[in-house]
Amino acid sequence: MIENILEIRWHGRAGQGVKTASYLLAEAAMDLGKYIQAFPEYGPERMGAPMAAYTRISDEKILIHSGVENPDIIVVIDPTLVGTIDILKGVDLEKGIVIINSAMEPAVFREKLPGFKGKLATVDATGIALDTIGRPIPNVPMLGALIKVTNLLPLESVEEKLKHKFSEKFTEKIVEGNLKALERGYQEVRIDG
Amino acid sequence: MGKKIAMETNQLAAFAMAQIDPDVVAAYPITPSTEVVQEFSKYVANGEVTTEFVPVESEHSAISACLGAATAGARVMTATASQGLALMNEILHIASSARAPISVVVASRALSGPINIHGDHMDISSIRDAGWIIMVAEDAQEAYDNIIQSIPIAERAKFPIITSYDGFITSHAVEVAEVLEKEEVQKFIGPKKPDYSVFDEKLTIGVLALQDSYIEFKRKQAADYDKVIDIVKEVGKEYGDLTGRYYDTVEKYMTDDAEVIMVAMGSTAGTAKVVVDQMRAEGHKVGLLKIRLFRPVPKDDIIGVLRTADAVMIMDRAYTYGGVGGPLFEEISAAMNDLPCRPYMANYIYGLGGRDIKPSHIRQVFEDGLKAVKGCGFDQQIKWITVRE
Amino acid sequence: MAKDLMPKSWKEFPDGIHVEVKDQPQGFDYITAGWRTFRPEVNLDKCVHCMICWLVCPDNAVVVEDGKMTGFFYDHCKGCGVCANECPVKAIEMVPEVK
Ligand code: SF4
Ligand code: SF4
Repeated sequence: MIENILEIRWHGRAGQGVKTASYLLAEAAMDLGKYIQAFPEYGPERMGAPMAAYTRISDEKILIHSGVENPDIIVVIDPTLVGTIDILKGVDLEKGIVIINSAMEPAVFREKLPGFKGKLATVDATGIALDTIGRPIPNVPMLGALIKVTNLLPLESVEEKLKHKFSEKFTEKIVEGNLKALERGYQEVRIDG
Repeated sequence: MGKKIAMETNQLAAFAMAQIDPDVVAAYPITPSTEVVQEFSKYVANGEVTTEFVPVESEHSAISACLGAATAGARVMTATASQGLALMNEILHIASSARAPISVVVASRALSGPINIHGDHMDISSIRDAGWIIMVAEDAQEAYDNIIQSIPIAERAKFPIITSYDGFITSHAVEVAEVLEKEEVQKFIGPKKPDYSVFDEKLTIGVLALQDSYIEFKRKQAADYDKVIDIVKEVGKEYGDLTGRYYDTVEKYMTDDAEVIMVAMGSTAGTAKVVVDQMRAEGHKVGLLKIRLFRPVPKDDIIGVLRTADAVMIMDRAYTYGGVGGPLFEEISAAMNDLPCRPYMANYIYGLGGRDIKPSHIRQVFEDGLKAVKGCGFDQQIKWITVRE
Repeated sequence: MAKDLMPKSWKEFPDGIHVEVKDQPQGFDYITAGWRTFRPEVNLDKCVHCMICWLVCPDNAVVVEDGKMTGFFYDHCKGCGVCANECPVKAIEMVPEVK
């Protein structure tokens, strides 16, 4: 937590769209006049390797260029990382927010994260992705859940950005599927605390 | 007000290059500058630029092709990093002697070994004697602005130029940047005017000069290189008139009444500004001097700021084996010898291979400086930080 | 002897490593023939004006007028013999410089 800057850490594995989600959120925030930073943490690249990405959002120009030490929000795109790596590293145990991709209830993760008293939310992002996009890429429903839990930005501005960005690369069908995934992530997230 | 966009700095660099629309780009990709070339080749493929794009098989060939094209009068650009820049070394010296105004984008990276792809300033430091202009950007905005300015600077000075930004920390981060329209960029840089024609039969290009004349060529080159400083200021001012973003060889941040001044380059300067704000709020007189023009060293500008400080903390994201300290420390402490009474000076080697430099590290350096001001001194003048002790 | 073209001060040296020679065509104020041991001589009766010698000469020392090979600029021919070697009709002979 740095004064006047909201910091988000995204956990996942390479290939799950971790970087894309962190960028998408940042760019949607920029369209609303915010200053942003988004960057992945690169290690040795290979599909399936654990990786992190970060998003910073602020009303003022962001000067800091060091890594994110004390994130306000944690988004876990791959639930198998809970217990494998310290997803709570640097997080304020009272005020932090954790959102996990899982079909299970938040209470299940409360037990796995002893000491954490902040807001905890889960959403079956992989399930939603399979339904809507036909592929197990959970980043977009996670983004929808994040918007619901935090009220960071209006959902519409993320929809706008997603439509615009994905249309450059993907077919209309995939774009539609992703928009649905975003919406369902937003609707179906279960929040505890 | 220009329009604001957000993209990875490497993509932004390619965007700037496309706005410049150079005649020739010859390149070989290397991490973390790969996307610059990759994205630029898309502009070429889409017919959005008129550039002759020459994919080559090594950086040595890339810079050789660039030099050939520049010699023929073309406006030429490329991008590289780390070992790629090191491989260019031989030709870098010829390009600066040939006064070829090539513009090279560098996403600064550690030199191997051990193999490391992350950001530090070893690559640009290792070629600082090659006679190139070297500018270092703090963030995406400055990276864009420096690339646009690199063209008039290089062509007026008749020297090749490197505009760098930190590998990964900046190259792979998305930030907001305000950009110009292509027409505005074209108007700002103007058309390339070749100094001579290669078809001029009276001209010998790439002469041999032995004991009887080599040193005069070098003396002339050295004198002209010193003029770069004023050209950088002049272009920075013109760019400011166009965009509202004025640039000088250095940037002062709360230095006027500062007792302790940190000197830093690249993305660290941004983080240091945050710490300066925090410590100022606590009543400490600290400030930052950001070096934007790394070569030639803007000696007078640096001395002008540092002369009134009590302690100067110089941050080097590079090291010179067996040297007196890091590259910035060596240059600045040599420059400060002109002063009758110099401030206390300390050197911090940090962040090699992309090791994160946190606000807490920077605060510690300032605190060391404040202690020195109070007369307690240091245990060491050259200190490595962000390292396992 | 050509005149000394060397500027008196470094300040008059060119920007870069290209040198313009203004007084004579083709930069011919330099005499680079000092080290020659053999000189080429052409037999114009044999020459078929194919221009191969002009093409291969590394010193631009073959004189061509109106599309015809007419001889050599001996101030610049360094006597390497490439022209004689390449001439398809053996019209060029390398003869000792000092007879
Ligand atoms: S190569 Fe021989 S034949 Fe051809 S132009 Fe020269 S001298 Fe004449
Ligand atoms: S001998 Fe060599 S330098 Fe002289 S004319 Fe023939 S090719 Fe040219």
